Amino acid sequence: MLKIKNLQANIEDKEILKGINLEINPGEVHAIMGPNGSGKSTLSSVIAGKEEYTMTGGEILFEGEDLSELDPEERAHKGIFLSFQYPVEIPGVSVTNFMKASLNAHRKAQGLEDMPAKDMLKMIRDKSELLEIDRKFLSRSLNQGFSGGEKKRNEIFQMAMLNPKLAILDETDSGLDIDALKVVANGVNKLRSEDNAVLLITHYQRLLDYIVPDFVHVMVDGKIVKSGNKELAYELEERGYDWVKQEKSV
Amino acid sequence: MAYTEDDLKKELETKEYEYGFYTDLKSETFPIGLNEDIVRAISKKKEEPEWMTNWRLEAFRIWQTMTEPEWANVHYTKPDFQAISYYSAPQTVDPNKTLDDVDPDLLAMYKKLGISVDEQKKMNNVAMDIVVDSVSVATTFKKTLGEKGIIFMSISDAIKEHPELVRKYLGTVVPQKDNFYAALNSAVFSDGSFCYIPKGVKCPMELSTYFRINQANTGQFERTLLVADEGSYVSYLEGCTAPSRDENQLHAAVVELIALDDAEIKYSTVQNWFPGNKEGKGGVYNFVTKRGICEKNAKISWTQVETGSAVTWKYPSCILKGDNSIGEFYSIAVTNNFQQADTGTKMIHLGKNTKSTIISKGISAGKSQNSYRGLVQINSRADNARNFSQCDSLLMGNDCGAHTFPYIEVKNKTAQVEHEATTSKIGEDQIFYCNQRGISTEKAIALIVNGFSKEVLNNLPMEFAVEAQKLLEISLEGSVG
Ligand SMILES: Nc1ncnc2c1ncn2[C@@H]1O[C@H](COP(=O)(O)OP(=O)(O)O)[C@@H](O)[C@H]1O
Ligand SMILES: [Mg+2]
Repeated sequence: MLKIKNLQANIEDKEILKGINLEINPGEVHAIMGPNGSGKSTLSSVIAGKEEYTMTGGEILFEGEDLSELDPEERAHKGIFLSFQYPVEIPGVSVTNFMKASLNAHRKAQGLEDMPAKDMLKMIRDKSELLEIDRKFLSRSLNQGFSGGEKKRNEIFQMAMLNPKLAILDETDSGLDIDALKVVANGVNKLRSEDNAVLLITHYQRLLDYIVPDFVHVMVDGKIVKSGNKELAYELEERGYDWVKQEKSV
Repeated sequence: MAYTEDDLKKELETKEYEYGFYTDLKSETFPIGLNEDIVRAISKKKEEPEWMTNWRLEAFRIWQTMTEPEWANVHYTKPDFQAISYYSAPQTVDPNKTLDDVDPDLLAMYKKLGISVDEQKKMNNVAMDIVVDSVSVATTFKKTLGEKGIIFMSISDAIKEHPELVRKYLGTVVPQKDNFYAALNSAVFSDGSFCYIPKGVKCPMELSTYFRINQANTGQFERTLLVADEGSYVSYLEGCTAPSRDENQLHAAVVELIALDDAEIKYSTVQNWFPGNKEGKGGVYNFVTKRGICEKNAKISWTQVETGSAVTWKYPSCILKGDNSIGEFYSIAVTNNFQQADTGTKMIHLGKNTKSTIISKGISAGKSQNSYRGLVQINSRADNARNFSQCDSLLMGNDCGAHTFPYIEVKNKTAQVEHEATTSKIGEDQIFYCNQRGISTEKAIALIVNGFSKEVLNNLPMEFAVEAQKLLEISLEGSVG
């Protein structure tokens, strides 16, 4: 599904990603862990196509297609979803209204008509129940005055509405208390299938108890320095990142 | 394809609550230049009574002693008032002209606005293949209004048919000498609308007028007078469009609203005059005086969506004369490319317990300049007057400007005046967030701008709100990367 080969990327002439290799197949869950500033969010932004980042080498293929020529919205239409580490506020635009614009933009790209209002409402109701979101919440301005947890839950609600092929969840667990974490994890798990894949970016092993990864990668200083199965996450929790860094320099 | 009466009826059925007429402001016939003879000739051509001719002449003499105001935060080449033609006569349609002769950019814009092909033809002096007696349909509306005693007609007709009403109210809110442009308008106004709602009557439909500028090198001076008698209610829509022209065109309208005791007037405008091209060439100079007076317990609410014109100078105002009267001003002003807008309101509190609300949303893009200028004046007699003002500016890019000039004059200690202002910028992060959700940059901007303008858009009648949203989208097209 996603094939990243020797990816290098800069921001403002500063080299951040220094040769990333990663392959994700349908049905898989991958986790990327790593210390702050190692380039995890940069990687997710580059996959999603954020303009500020310049790809200086390597390639990203999504279902065999080179992504580098595509605009961010085209990548989204192809089924790439990014749950943002820091979701932005859009004052005056309700969650419902935003979702309507988003969903219909996806449909338009597939040559479909706008979704009938009735179907849209039903879908919104179903997905908000799945994520235990209060209906009142949906008429609030997008992310404005939301608590950290509400923002993250709203991201996953949007993911549930759009049903992407590849979901990248950037630190979706931070800011969530344990109950909210369970709800969000449950939501993600319900959406998993043979056909889609999840890339989890996280600091903590905690989330991985609820969304169990098939592979765990450790990212340090713009590179994936170690890959393994879910046991690696426990090992990291116990021994810290210094251990990987040392191992790397040996 | 022939447009049948059935088609028209169907079209009208879906907008039954609305009745309006078009005032095509066209100009030819008269030579350019302005003097007393021209003023007299205008009045004569319109078969006006003597009092009206004298009123115009009086205005002209005052105008001659005045100079063009310079305090607004706008810069432009002053119009040469002797290079303008002042009389408008209905122009005949050119039978050989087809839509193929019309600027394709303009047609594209019409399409986005959802203006029908026939409408487009009308706007471009193209002969229409409508074969229909629309009078019969219009008459049903006229009848509904007539039964309630509502008068709604062009001001030229009203001067002839209801001289006592026009004479009683014309110039009572905006006197001839009010300002340079109001004086000019009073002398030479071409046409406009007149509306009178009798005591206790709630007008059952939105009333609307569309103004259009068609000819180059003409001045447009429409005059609107709207009187809501005691306890009555009316919602009035004013739409303006102008096909694109190279020359700057002068537009100086006057609107007077009179809300007698317990009456309410809601006046909504969507202004889309030609803003000039991307290089800042051409466009309309829009110098408008709009003012309303509220008697006891009366309410006037101005809502405006201003996206057009090269230079705008406009301050819809309320004189809150009667006790407990209410004034509201809801405004969205968009400027792009080289547009300049200096707009706002004046709330003059004279009566006790008077209340005013000002919500102004300025959106600037390109190299444009957008200024809010507002005066809140609480007079000594106005006990317990209250005002709330909120002025928000949204900037797109680094080359535009937003300015706020709030003037507050309080002469009564019991007054409560609140002013809030914010400035924000559409961020790359907001756009990327939308993009990531599959929303294109153009649509993202429209979404963000609509969200920013929501409080004002919500105040517009439904149909108008949809049109206004489309206009916002169109006028900001291409303003971000
Ligand atoms: N907009 C930016 N401008 C300059 N440097 C940036 C920018 N965004 C991120 N960086 C730098 O890139 C590095 C990686 O950041 P990031 O991808 O956010 O790491 P992580 O998500 O792993 O914490 C950091 O050193 C950070 O300071
Ligand atoms: Mg990060």
